[in-house]
Amino acid sequence: MTPPTSAPVNRIGLTASDYKGSKSTLCPGCGHDAITASIIQAAFELGLEQHRVAKLSGIGCSSKTPAYFLGRSHSFNAVHGRMPSIATGVHVANRELILLGVSGDGDSASIGLGQYCHLIRRNVPVVYIIENNGVYGLTKGQFSATADVGSKAKAGQVNDYMPIDLCAVAIELGCGFVARSFSGDPKQLRPILKAAFSHRGTAVLDVISPCVTFNNHEGSTKSYLNVKEHDAPLHEISFVPHFENIEVDYAPGETREVSLHDGSRIVLKKLEEDYDPTDRTRAIGMIHQGRAENRFMTGILYLDQGKEPLDRELNLVDEPLASLPLERVRPPKAALEEVMAGLKIGKG
Amino acid sequence: MSPSDNNFTIHIATVNGSGSQTANTTLLRAVFQMGVPVSGKNLFPSNIAGLPTWFTIRINDQGYVSRDTRYDVLVSINPETSLADVSAMGPGSVILLAEGAPAPKIPPDRVVYTVPFAKLVEPLVADAKLRKLVVNMIYVGVVSWLLGIDPAEVDQALTAQLGKKPKALEMNRAAVRAGIDYASANLKKAPFQVRRADKTAGKILIDGNQAGALGAVFAGVTYVSWYPITPSSSLAEQLEMFLARYRRDPKSGKATYAVVQAEDEIAAIGMVLGASWAGARAMTTTSGPGLSLMTEFTGYAYYAEIPAVIWDIQRIGPSTGLPTRTSQADLLSVAFLSHGDTKHVMLFPATVEDCYEFGLKAFDLAERLQTPVFVMSDLDLGMNVWMSDPFRYPEKPWDRGKVLDAADLTRIGSFERYKDIDGDAIPYRTLPGTPHPLAGYFTRGSGHDEQARYTESAETYARVMDRLRRKWETARELMPAPVVERARGAEVGMVAFGSTHHAMDEARDRLRADGLATSYLLVKGYPFSKEVRRFVEAHERIYVVEQNRDAQMAALLKMEYADLAPRIRSILHYDGLPIDARSVIEGMRSGEQMEVAAR
Repeated sequence: MTPPTSAPVNRIGLTASDYKGSKSTLCPGCGHDAITASIIQAAFELGLEQHRVAKLSGIGCSSKTPAYFLGRSHSFNAVHGRMPSIATGVHVANRELILLGVSGDGDSASIGLGQYCHLIRRNVPVVYIIENNGVYGLTKGQFSATADVGSKAKAGQVNDYMPIDLCAVAIELGCGFVARSFSGDPKQLRPILKAAFSHRGTAVLDVISPCVTFNNHEGSTKSYLNVKEHDAPLHEISFVPHFENIEVDYAPGETREVSLHDGSRIVLKKLEEDYDPTDRTRAIGMIHQGRAENRFMTGILYLDQGKEPLDRELNLVDEPLASLPLERVRPPKAALEEVMAGLKIGKG
Repeated sequence: MSPSDNNFTIHIATVNGSGSQTANTTLLRAVFQMGVPVSGKNLFPSNIAGLPTWFTIRINDQGYVSRDTRYDVLVSINPETSLADVSAMGPGSVILLAEGAPAPKIPPDRVVYTVPFAKLVEPLVADAKLRKLVVNMIYVGVVSWLLGIDPAEVDQALTAQLGKKPKALEMNRAAVRAGIDYASANLKKAPFQVRRADKTAGKILIDGNQAGALGAVFAGVTYVSWYPITPSSSLAEQLEMFLARYRRDPKSGKATYAVVQAEDEIAAIGMVLGASWAGARAMTTTSGPGLSLMTEFTGYAYYAEIPAVIWDIQRIGPSTGLPTRTSQADLLSVAFLSHGDTKHVMLFPATVEDCYEFGLKAFDLAERLQTPVFVMSDLDLGMNVWMSDPFRYPEKPWDRGKVLDAADLTRIGSFERYKDIDGDAIPYRTLPGTPHPLAGYFTRGSGHDEQARYTESAETYARVMDRLRRKWETARELMPAPVVERARGAEVGMVAFGSTHHAMDEARDRLRADGLATSYLLVKGYPFSKEVRRFVEAHERIYVVEQNRDAQMAALLKMEYADLAPRIRSILHYDGLPIDARSVIEGMRSGEQMEVAAR
């Protein structure tokens, strides 16, 4: 992996192209490929070590994408809607791994809604990206549970059912990092992604990602044009990783800053209003307001650094459970003898 | 056989949730402590409190521990069932009845004792709610006096259970005493007694779920995920208790294990697969309905080759079935659990010792074979107590299977996840986190080639499936050997597995006494070892005894040995009660009569 002299290298000496995977087989112009590009760029900028990353996904167009980035990482493409349980097991087995989960709206809001909720309840440390296009792509255009009321399918049907807002669900369940972004806005998505890797717990990123084949027509609320038109960023986001010593230059009072456990910082520059992402009630209110006003409120919706992740809740030893040697996991003979003595009540 | 000293069965009818379990266990332990072989069967409803429940204690100096269908002593505490319970008692039996309880006219050839339980408990306990619990200990006192069970042993058995709650212990002691006092002043000893013997020296009493849990602890299990379901919950709960006691890091006090109660069985098996893929020793435990939910993931694990240990404590199905009754009817669904061509490895523990040994071995097998391994226990084995020799500490280290680390990868210079390098059809794997650029690979349930790349190639698909079939043959070599007892010149061979085993020695002894010698094979694993085929080949007629309606083990045998299928017959028992020797003997006799008629 010697980088060509012209390409910039990151803090561990890799170029951005070292973070690529195999070639995408999604439709040309797919929003998911734009997210893949943002993941590659974010991983490059953070200097992630690929062997420390485990990529996890379910089933669907979105869940195929882990093949297209971080080609040297282990990856687990699970069954439909069950990536969260896989993530939970992987994390507990090896708490040193960095988990990157990719799911879709069908995968997380329909078949996998239960596992999605329980992963958040347990605060499993995983960067959980939902590539949300409101439609089932691989099976050719059925509505998903995130389709907005009144949105029109390519074949003409209109959705009458309430959408499930996965960000609102996450906030309700106590998720400490909830963001919404747009695949067409890498400038916003990248710093969110980078910040998510510094969060100690579940980080939910609901990324609206238009389906160019089945959900990009007029009347669809998740078409590229409609999202672009109604995207309403809450703030401008900068991320300062712990390994960089950069001052972000804003006038006093213009920004809010949130420090993360690893020493990284998120700097949010005010736009329309001074949005406070640590205010849970306001966050939920903002989502409702956006829906009422037909706007996609994007940015970091909610942050809470106070909750312990699952490995700490379980009081696990520091080393990964997966690498404990036999002598640390097989109790001594005396232990078995003690148990047997308690059960040995026969007499002769 | 009529009841005699150290050879009789006590049937105790009480109300669920009344604390009678402690009373019954006290009696059972006290007999065991006197050196007399004993076994207990708890027949309980799917209910928290209020419905009838029965506990049967079989005392047998020959060591027969399967269910006895004839009761010699009835302890009738539940007035709701006393009419039927008393009517079922035969000549020569002993009936202990609560004063005022409804009872039919009892013929004079039964010994009847009437005890005013309500009056006896009144002065002991002021609280009416507590009385309902403590009254059970009065029958312990009465029964122990009537049957000659040493009061010192009763007291020791009671202390073993309540020793940590001094107040409860004192109250219950007083109740036992009141029972003994009443009986000695008012009743005559029963016609058959418990006599001290020396047949339980050094033995332990334990249930199969606890034994399985111990096996997992000493296997070095690091990850357990489960969803509550009867009758498997007690395995997970006892496992967590042992882990909390024996698996804390001595320096930091932190856990070298994790137990996560999942949101359902799909998540439970998903977590196990995730943990196992990442290198943990991971297991789950469940029963019928949970198993159905695990179907998709277990097919994934078979195809993507991920180890997993899954305990199935079988209960009566289909659907919710009878959740508190025993069964061996999950064999066929587990053998092929998943869509597509799938075959799963199964272990069949017959004894609590097997539960312990397979609790250990299942991990070695799963990691060696990189596939799910199902341990097929059942409610009878899992939730009832059985006597056993103490368990042996594992002599061997563990087998973590074929895992390459960074140094291996550097030495070899290449890695293909699904390539058969050694000719045993088991490929090598790497764990996430391995610091080597060759280590990573893509695990998927979709079509994949030897390099774990996505493919829809017809040849590659068939090639991978053929390798998996060859891996099945490797598994066959690693299965625990069956237990074989050859009777000289026997034309007839009997085959059993799991808890059915306990009815077999008694049935075969009685058949032999009647002049019919039988050989016996106890199957311990699937795929079947070569000895299984040899046994079937060596006998003209094979009777497969199992606790299901559809002859599931026989079906698996016929599938594997199509050429020998005509000699395979079935003896089936499937009413949810543990199989008894009499059913085996009757099944055998009617089978052999048909054989004679056909000649």
